[in-house]
Amino acid sequence: MKIKAQIAMVMNLDKCIGCHTCSVTCKSTWTNREGAEYIWFNNVETKPGIGYPKRWEDQEHYKGGWTLRKGKLELKSGSKLSKIALGKIFNNPDMPEMKDYYEPWNYDYEKLTTSGEKKHQPVARAKSSISGEHMDLNWGPNWEDDLAGGHITGPKDPNIEKIEEEIKFNFEKSFMMYLPRLCEHCLNPSCVASCPSGAIYKRDEDGIVLVDQEACRGWRYCMTGCPYKKVYFNWKTNKAEKCTFCFPRIEAGLPTVCSETCTGRIRYLGVLLYDADKVMDAASTLNEQELYQAQLDLFLDPNDPKVIEQARIDGISEEWIEAAQQSPVYKLAIEYKLAFPLHPEYRTLPMVWYVPPLSPIMSHFEGKDSIQNPDMIFPAIEEMRTPIQYLANMLTAGDTKTVKEALQRMAMMRSFMRAKFTKHPFEDSKLARVGLNAYQMEEMYRLLAIAKYEDRFVIPTSHKEGYMDTYRAQGSEGFGMDCNGCGPVSPSMEMKSGKDLYKENFYGGIWRD
Amino acid sequence: MSMLNQFTWVILPYLCLVVFIVGLIYRYRYDQFGWTAKSSEFIEKKHLVIGNWLFHIGIVPVFFGHVAGLGIPKTWMNALGVSDHLYHIGAIYIGSLFGFMTLAGMLILTARRFAIKTVRKLSSASDLFVNVMLLAIVFMGMYSTLVTNYVIPEFDYRDSISVWIRGLFMFTPDASLMTNVPLSFKIHILLGFFIFALCPFTRLVHIFSVPLNYVQRSSILYRKHRSTGHKN
Repeated sequence: MKIKAQIAMVMNLDKCIGCHTCSVTCKSTWTNREGAEYIWFNNVETKPGIGYPKRWEDQEHYKGGWTLRKGKLELKSGSKLSKIALGKIFNNPDMPEMKDYYEPWNYDYEKLTTSGEKKHQPVARAKSSISGEHMDLNWGPNWEDDLAGGHITGPKDPNIEKIEEEIKFNFEKSFMMYLPRLCEHCLNPSCVASCPSGAIYKRDEDGIVLVDQEACRGWRYCMTGCPYKKVYFNWKTNKAEKCTFCFPRIEAGLPTVCSETCTGRIRYLGVLLYDADKVMDAASTLNEQELYQAQLDLFLDPNDPKVIEQARIDGISEEWIEAAQQSPVYKLAIEYKLAFPLHPEYRTLPMVWYVPPLSPIMSHFEGKDSIQNPDMIFPAIEEMRTPIQYLANMLTAGDTKTVKEALQRMAMMRSFMRAKFTKHPFEDSKLARVGLNAYQMEEMYRLLAIAKYEDRFVIPTSHKEGYMDTYRAQGSEGFGMDCNGCGPVSPSMEMKSGKDLYKENFYGGIWRD
Repeated sequence: MSMLNQFTWVILPYLCLVVFIVGLIYRYRYDQFGWTAKSSEFIEKKHLVIGNWLFHIGIVPVFFGHVAGLGIPKTWMNALGVSDHLYHIGAIYIGSLFGFMTLAGMLILTARRFAIKTVRKLSSASDLFVNVMLLAIVFMGMYSTLVTNYVIPEFDYRDSISVWIRGLFMFTPDASLMTNVPLSFKIHILLGFFIFALCPFTRLVHIFSVPLNYVQRSSILYRKHRSTGHKN
């Protein structure tokens, strides 16, 4: 057993209102630069829809993630040797193009103020950020927002295509949900395995996956390798860029920008401990629908004395072990089994988990007294507006049973808490049906509904003092290395001679402050 | 004339090689961030996929063909059992096959780079220049092989150019060997040396990033802080 720690995220889709605050704050923090206009480390998709880039979930087209070849795990885009031997390194055939995402544009605002007197008002026309020419917009970063054009793009959603029965996209039958997406910081990252230069790596300390900008040679295999299409190509620097999980914030014990600014408080961050020796085996599980369970089995109970002992041996600090014990992610994903990895069938063991949304229930509740008979909710889940099969195609490789059980636990929590607040009697024995007890229900409620900042984010700081002089490092990163006065004064930083220093500080016999 | 000869066929090649080596070391040390294959596939894929594949699959054997053809003396070849006739079959037929691939690829890539607006817009001056240079070199190479060799059949580069270039690398340069070489060969050679000098300052540096160790390295890479006892 080799224990490693991973900072993971849970998103409670039940509460996502699709406001895009996460996307906007992320963009203004990380990708508001030339070459990165089209890059959204975080984006929110309306589902059903084809997403960003178009039909990213269609791995027969994009060849992302892993596949089993003769029982052995291999990149879907082909073995390492094939990239070199078949000359694929010269022209990545499976790579997405800019037009699969969208061509970034800006508006010609200047025209509004410089235009002469005319019969009609001047208009700020869209101008391509690439060619600088005027362009007609027919696709953008969030073209399908709130099912816009859903009757056209909805049926092309790969998760819809996998449902055998016909899904209606007319108004009465339509359904939608939001899916915020960012890098999954996978345990078995296929982007890392795809990189010919070895520039992408997983941080040993917290599992964050990063691109070394100095080592990247722009071969673009990571773009193909990532099944979530969350590694991007900056057309200005010609290097790969991806979500950093806001590592400078995480290192300081702060949540990522997307989590911090989430208005719906849907995001949770916490530590998971896992057995690194078993990752390969878990990702090689034969049956796709068993991958979810295999992934769950990787995580270790942070309260188990044996695990704690081994974690200490493997160099995990007390603070991190304690954080793992308090981890909201452990509770939601592993203890309550409410959250699921997105598309486990890609075999990357993603570390951003999703709590499926409960949606309006169509026939069962209509005209029936649900308050009087809370048990109705159980069969009613089958009649949810969002088909369970659709959720299952996204979260459990099509296994509806586990998704249904999670939804039942959430519904049970609602019944339980409603009874409590309305002082109606509630038989606690009912809780056993979903495998939880009253204490867990209240914990779950506190975590999901109240969602206090300190409950959502349990992030231990990194111990930089172990390998660097943090005092001297103050002010050495950020706006520039030549900022005098950003950090502590040290002889190595100041290139002034003793005479200069004397002149500067000792003026007319008086020492300056 | 002999002074010019000396400059063109001794000083200039050495200068190019020095710039090539020193430039590469300098760029490697000070510009890791700028060191990239600079692919424009993301902007335009359809033409690149064909052009790039043809060019690269052609240029690699062409390069090694040059090394073998220029580097191994005629007498050694003969001793190895490769007769002049056999050598010429190899050089003309196999060489031309790959040469044509390279040229075709280069033509597609050039057309693409200049004709497709977005690609041209994202190209730096250096990209455009390298593109034109490569096209010119490949074209002159093909022209020398097919046209010049046909028009002047008595000329054998293995008695002049090959001997001269080996002399350069053995530090016994002799400019006089190049005096009677046909112009097309001369242009091909000079442009060739020039592009070596250009290499460190352009996108061509990606040649030196061929990911040879990718095949045998482990799939998942972890990186750790340089730890001094503590972890995390």
